[in-house]
Amino acid sequence: MSAIADIERKPLTKKELAADHPTWCPGCGDFSVLALYFKLLQKRGLHHEKFATVAGIGCSSRFPYFVQAHGTHYIHGRALPYATGIALSRQDLDVFVFGGDGDAFSIGGNHFNHCARKNVNLTYCVMDNNVYGLTKKQTSPTSPIGFKSKTDMWGAVDKPINPMQQAISAGATFVARTTHTNPKHLLAMMEAAMDHKGFAFIECLSECTEFYDGAFDSSNPRKGGEFRELPEDHDPTDENAAYAISEELVPGYFGVYYQISRPTKQDVEAEVNAKFLEKTKGLEDWEILQQNFDKMK
Amino acid sequence: MSDNPTADEAVSDNLKVSKIHEAVIRIAGNSQDGIQSIGGFLARLAGRSEQEVMTFMTIPSTISGGPSIFQVRLSSGEVLTSGDEADVLMAFYQHSYDNHVDFVKKDGIILYDTAHVEPDPELEKRFRHIGCPIAELTVEAIGGTAKDKGKNIFALGLVARMFDLDSERLEGLIAERFKGKPESVTETALSAFHAGHAYPLTTLAEIYEFEEPKARDCEQVVANGNEALGYGILAAGVRFGAGYPITPWSDIMELLRRELPKYDGMFVQCEDEIAAVSMAIGASWGGRVAITGSSGPGIALKGEAIGWAVMAEIPLLVIDVQRGGPSTGMPTNVEQSDLNIACFGGHGDSPRVVLAPSSVEDCFYTAIEAVNIARKYSTPVIILTDQAIATRIEAFGMPKLKEICQDISPDLTPRDDHKPYDLSAPDGITQHAAPGTFIKSGKYPVVTGLEHNEMGHPSGSPKMHLDMTAKRHNKLKALGRDLPKPEAYGPDEGNVLLVGWGSTQGSLREATEQARKDGDSISALTIRHINPLPEGLENIFSGFNHVFVVENNDGGLYGYGQLCSLLRARFCDPKIEGINKTDGLTWRVKDVLARVKEKLEEK
Repeated sequence: MSAIADIERKPLTKKELAADHPTWCPGCGDFSVLALYFKLLQKRGLHHEKFATVAGIGCSSRFPYFVQAHGTHYIHGRALPYATGIALSRQDLDVFVFGGDGDAFSIGGNHFNHCARKNVNLTYCVMDNNVYGLTKKQTSPTSPIGFKSKTDMWGAVDKPINPMQQAISAGATFVARTTHTNPKHLLAMMEAAMDHKGFAFIECLSECTEFYDGAFDSSNPRKGGEFRELPEDHDPTDENAAYAISEELVPGYFGVYYQISRPTKQDVEAEVNAKFLEKTKGLEDWEILQQNFDKMK
Repeated sequence: MSDNPTADEAVSDNLKVSKIHEAVIRIAGNSQDGIQSIGGFLARLAGRSEQEVMTFMTIPSTISGGPSIFQVRLSSGEVLTSGDEADVLMAFYQHSYDNHVDFVKKDGIILYDTAHVEPDPELEKRFRHIGCPIAELTVEAIGGTAKDKGKNIFALGLVARMFDLDSERLEGLIAERFKGKPESVTETALSAFHAGHAYPLTTLAEIYEFEEPKARDCEQVVANGNEALGYGILAAGVRFGAGYPITPWSDIMELLRRELPKYDGMFVQCEDEIAAVSMAIGASWGGRVAITGSSGPGIALKGEAIGWAVMAEIPLLVIDVQRGGPSTGMPTNVEQSDLNIACFGGHGDSPRVVLAPSSVEDCFYTAIEAVNIARKYSTPVIILTDQAIATRIEAFGMPKLKEICQDISPDLTPRDDHKPYDLSAPDGITQHAAPGTFIKSGKYPVVTGLEHNEMGHPSGSPKMHLDMTAKRHNKLKALGRDLPKPEAYGPDEGNVLLVGWGSTQGSLREATEQARKDGDSISALTIRHINPLPEGLENIFSGFNHVFVVENNDGGLYGYGQLCSLLRARFCDPKIEGINKTDGLTWRVKDVLARVKEKLEEK
């Protein structure tokens, strides 16, 4: 679609990819995710106009402002349906969606399930910090029981969402978990998600130093924790095994929990269209519509 | 049969044939009797016979069953409404008879099923009663297994006989209707039709024949408002839509789901209303205006996202097929009570375009107009139709599709530089560069719901919010200047001007005609562009002593309906007053005139 021949163009530099300076607090895990997103784009040679970055509302959702490319900062919780609209109508673009745990599992919980079920071909990276940061420390749907917040001053009381299990049971075809403290692993997961055909979901632990400091220390070797990859014999096509091994929330395991191949929303719609297009082949749009009007005579 | 029938000398089967100009037929039964399809056949026949036609139906909001009516007005001349009174009532049951006898014209005909209806002896003096064992004869004609099925087609045969309708064409329509089904289905239907047609209408002593309608210069098509709107959306070049089922909007989404694949487009049924509007906005940002729609409650759910589209200045088409509200309200009844939410339902200052088509034909053309406004002004456009216009059938001229259909594919031409929210753009009109557009400067835009600078990046600057807020309303002011000047129906000076919008147009125009015949000085005005309002309304208002805004909504605390309030706020003219009702039914001409009279007597 672009008039520029791709072969003549070098991969973008980090400088060319960076837009506004991130407004995140010092030490925020989201910085790593942004840095590795740039790396991914560079490594895969994606130019500005070849992809779209979409986010909802939350600290992490400020993401598109920091990326020098076509992007959207949409409303709270609805980034996925918005991104679905682009992914379905503009299949020439790579669509990346970023957001936080509130966006994904609370206000946008319904969309998460349905986007997974429909297997829309896009990549969704949830930067999970187990707390509402933008609104300054309220309980999030992934806050562990006992977490003291401004809305649960005596400690959170509701059972937290398990993102891996939620994604698997909703029908996601790529479900992975990573953390901001392991850049190599984070990039590997992003690459695998991008290459996956279908709804690719990554939960990336991303610490909020301001409101939930130390939340993920148990998974960070530099803080005395252990970065545990999924056992080598884990079969990511085994749904039950994936579900069972995702029982533990923090620190839990890292890697691709579940990945299967299933026709994407784009595929199944194209299949429907193909049947119709066979019949309307060679007809101008107005001639197709004329057939309807002739029936109304 | 409005005009006095002039007795014709021709006699067939010993029945006198009288020429008529028009007829209103009300068929009353239960919703599962298929009475809508009788009406549908009659409407399509009228379209093919170059007659004018308008239908009206009520359906219960129950899951299955319940009383239902279908009224059809056929005329060799102009039809503005589906008619206040019926020339013929066809009553399938006692409740059909009891509830609808009041709608029959003096000396009108009541055709009833003798198996289910016991006529009132008092009423037998006032109306011509014709009993016919409809159910029994249908079973006789097509066999016992059909139960009540098929009596609608039998009844169609009866009507065809009574009005000497073109049986051949009707049979053709019946055959078309059952195309694809086993041949026996069509045969059964035709048997029922013939049995009805052969029933001796001896007690009627006459049959009727329509005058030859004026020849038209183009073919006619017959459709209801939802169909016309759906096809208009396709003609406008829209190729992506998303929605969630709700009555009476669902028909449009079903139509688009069925038709869009033919154009390699797509309609997505979403998990909820918010996902639907969001998906449509996302697709619109992708470079081609997309559509979503709903009815009242669903529009409320979409409100936040529409506000975002106003802020980010994304073109979008939103359909609201209004029904009785608030909340679940009266899902299968008409009301015009979403004007406020359409115009003002946003949080913050969020001006958007609101259009209201006034006839079935207008639904088709308004869809195209709306898409083009959305594109030109980069704004959400809401089309307000309602249950009445959505479900009624009208005949109109075949659109010139070859000239009308447009291609609105995304324009991805590379640009040197791009500033999406350029404050110095003419009339403040934004033109987005869709994703996929290469921008040579390397500076890419972001679209956002945060107040932003000209590149779309967040800005908390007081001056920026001031300028951007003005930009968002200035472009609609520019649209207001571009809109066609409204014209009064009837003389542009007089005593009373009836102002309306949407589905009431026909009633107001017919009321005007009747009043003029009776020597009263009344004109009518339809406002199709609700927000922004077109220029020149005050000039029209100044020609009249009274401006009565007739609406199908509540006059509220102060006696002004929703459009009335808007007009009063806009023009500060105390002669603008409201005439309102909320019975969930369309305005009858006589009720409009009675309320006008009442209003004038108050003075």
